[in-house]
Amino acid sequence: MKRIHVNEEYCIGCRLCEIHCLVQHSQSRKIIKAFKEEAPRAMARLVVEEEGPLSFAMQCRHCEEAACLEACMTGAMHRDEETGAVLCDEEKCVGCWMCIMVCPYGAIQRSLIGRSAASKCDLCYGNETPVCVANCPNEALIFVDETPSDNGAQ
Amino acid sequence: MGISLKTSEFRIERNEDRCIACQVCVRQCANDIHAYDAEDDWVYSDETNCVACHRCVTLCPTHALTIRRTPLDFRENANWTAQRITSIYKQAETGGILLTGMGNDRPHTIYFDHMLLNASQVTNPSIDPLREPMELRTYIGRKPDRVQVSRDDNGQIRLETKISPQLTLETPIMFSAMSYGSISYNACLSLARAAKKSGIMYNTGEGGLHSSLYEYGPWTIAQVASGRFGVHPEYLQAAAALEIKIGQGAKPGIGGHLPGEKVSAEVSRTRMIPEGTDALSPAPHHDIYSIEDLRQLIFALKEASNYEKPVGVKIAAVHNVAPIASGIARAGADYIAIDGLRGGTGAAPTIIRNNVGIPIEMAISAVDTRLRQEGIRNQVSLIAAGSIRNSADVVKIIALGADAAYIGTGALVALGCHLCQKCYTGKCNWGIATQDPYLTKRLNPNIGSRRLSNLIRAWSLEIKEMLGGMGINAIDSLRGNRDHLRGVGLNQVELDTLGIKGAGQS
Repeated sequence: MKRIHVNEEYCIGCRLCEIHCLVQHSQSRKIIKAFKEEAPRAMARLVVEEEGPLSFAMQCRHCEEAACLEACMTGAMHRDEETGAVLCDEEKCVGCWMCIMVCPYGAIQRSLIGRSAASKCDLCYGNETPVCVANCPNEALIFVDETPSDNGAQ
Repeated sequence: MGISLKTSEFRIERNEDRCIACQVCVRQCANDIHAYDAEDDWVYSDETNCVACHRCVTLCPTHALTIRRTPLDFRENANWTAQRITSIYKQAETGGILLTGMGNDRPHTIYFDHMLLNASQVTNPSIDPLREPMELRTYIGRKPDRVQVSRDDNGQIRLETKISPQLTLETPIMFSAMSYGSISYNACLSLARAAKKSGIMYNTGEGGLHSSLYEYGPWTIAQVASGRFGVHPEYLQAAAALEIKIGQGAKPGIGGHLPGEKVSAEVSRTRMIPEGTDALSPAPHHDIYSIEDLRQLIFALKEASNYEKPVGVKIAAVHNVAPIASGIARAGADYIAIDGLRGGTGAAPTIIRNNVGIPIEMAISAVDTRLRQEGIRNQVSLIAAGSIRNSADVVKIIALGADAAYIGTGALVALGCHLCQKCYTGKCNWGIATQDPYLTKRLNPNIGSRRLSNLIRAWSLEIKEMLGGMGINAIDSLRGNRDHLRGVGLNQVELDTLGIKGAGQS
C-alpha cells in the first residue's frame, strides 16, 4: 500500500503538515475559519517531534500487524479493505484508549472535540495525496508504494 | 554606549484578519523577527533585523505577510542618499569595514540591457529548433592551430594532431565557483547533481571537495586559490579540470574571506583548517608575482594531473584585462574565466564590491578582440562570469566572444536565494549560504538539483530558439559573431569597445 514516509534529514520543523492536517479534519476545511472561528478547534492527526536541529512528522504508520487493531475491543479500529489504511470508526469507539496504550509510535491521540474517540491519521481518506505530504515545502514527507518492513514502520 | 542610529530597512505588514498564529514565520526566521505571545495567542514582529529574504512570506499558509521598504524618508538629497548616510552610521558605530554578500547592486550601466539580438527575415531563413538539429555542445580547452589528418589503408580518415584535453559541455553554461563553506553541503550537492544531469560542470570554489562529492568528479572543476584550502592530490585527481583562482569579480585585488562562524567540523575537514577559524585567502598567490610564475603553477598542476585535464585561470575583470588575458594564454592556460564587475560573492567589503572592476561585457569583448589580434584566440577558451541573468545574456556574451558562461547568482536564485545580501552572516534562511544545521536542511538537494537542471534545460531551449531565429544552427557559429548584436543608448566609445554597431546601422 501507499504509505507516508518521512525523511527527517529534510524536515525543517515548520509544522505546516500539522496545520494543514488540522484544516483537513476541521468542519469547514478552510484554513482561516478552522483556526479563527471553529470552536473547539480541530486537531491535527500528526505531531512534529523535535530535538535540536532534528525534527520529523510522526503519524500513524498503518502497520501491517497493527497492535491497535488487536487491542480494540469494539472493532472501531479497522483496516480499510481498499487502501489498507488503519482507520478508527469514531461511532464505534468507546474511548477505552487501549489503542493509545499499545501504539509503539504514539501516533494515536485522544480526541478533545466532539465525542471522546481515538484520533489518528486517516491518510486523508478520499484524497489522492494526504494534505501533509501535499503541503510539505521541502518534500520531507512523501507518499509512495514501498514494501513495508516487518512491523510496517519506515 | 549611546543610542544606535540604525533604523529598520523593512517593514513587515501582518494581515491580522488572516494570521492564524500558526507560528510558521516564528520557526522559519533565523533573524528572530517574529515572536509568539502565548498569553494572547498572538504573533507579532520586530523588523529591526529583517533582511527581506521572504522566507516567512513564502511559507505563510494564509499569505498574511508582506514586506515593504520602510517608508522612513530622509530629506531628499541626490548626493547623500539614505544608503550613504546609514553606511556612515554603521561605520561610526563599529569602526569596521562594511561587509556584504552577492554581486554589485549599484546602478552601473548594464550593457546586456543595451544590446539587442538579430533575427533572420526573408534573405536568410530562420531555423526551427523543434524540427531541425541545433548544436549547443561546447568544448572548453586549447584548440590546435591546425588539424592534420591522414588516411589509412582502408581510406578511413585518422586525426594526426594531438588535441589538448577538453571539457565537454552539453550547453555553454556552467555553475561558477562557490565553495563548500560559503554555501552549504546541500547546495554543493544540488549543483553537482544538476551538473551531472545537465552534462555541464560545477566548480568547487576555493573550499576543497567534500569526500562524498568525489563521485561527481567528471562534472567538477576544482579550484586552486591563494589559500590552497583543501588542495591535495586526491582533490586534483577527482576533478575533470583545474582552475587557478587569481581574482573574483566582486572583490578584485583582495582574497577570499570565510567567517569562522561558517567553518563547521565538516568544512574544517574539507578545507584542512581548524574549526571555527576565519578562512582568509591571501590577496595574491604568494608564489605568483608574474606571468612566468603563473606558468609555473599552471604546469605544476598539469604535471600533477598527468597532462590529462584542462587547467584554467580565473581573473577578475580589471582595467588591463586584455593584456593580462594575453599573458595568461601565453602562460599555457587552457581556458580563462573572467569575472565581471557584477559577479557575486559570499562575503566582500561593500566598498570594493561596488567600486572595483569593469563590466563583463566590456572585458570579454576587449579580451576576445586582443586575442584575435594576436592570433592566439584558439589557444584558450573564454568563460564569462559576473551576473549572467538569463539565456539572452548567455547569447550576447557568446556573441561578444565568450565560449561559455558561468552562472553563480542565477543558480542560487534557482535554489531559492532572494538576494538579501547577507551571505556573510551565515544566517541564510533558505539553507544556501549557511552551515547552521537548523538552516542547511531547508535545502533538499533532490529539489535543488531538479530546479537547477530545469533552469539549464529552460535556458538551453531558449538559446536554441534565439540561435534559430538568427539562422544559426550551432553555438560555434555565434561565438564572437558581433554582427548579431546592435547597441541602443550607448555612446561611440562604448560601441567601439564592445565592437558592435548601433541599432539601425547595417
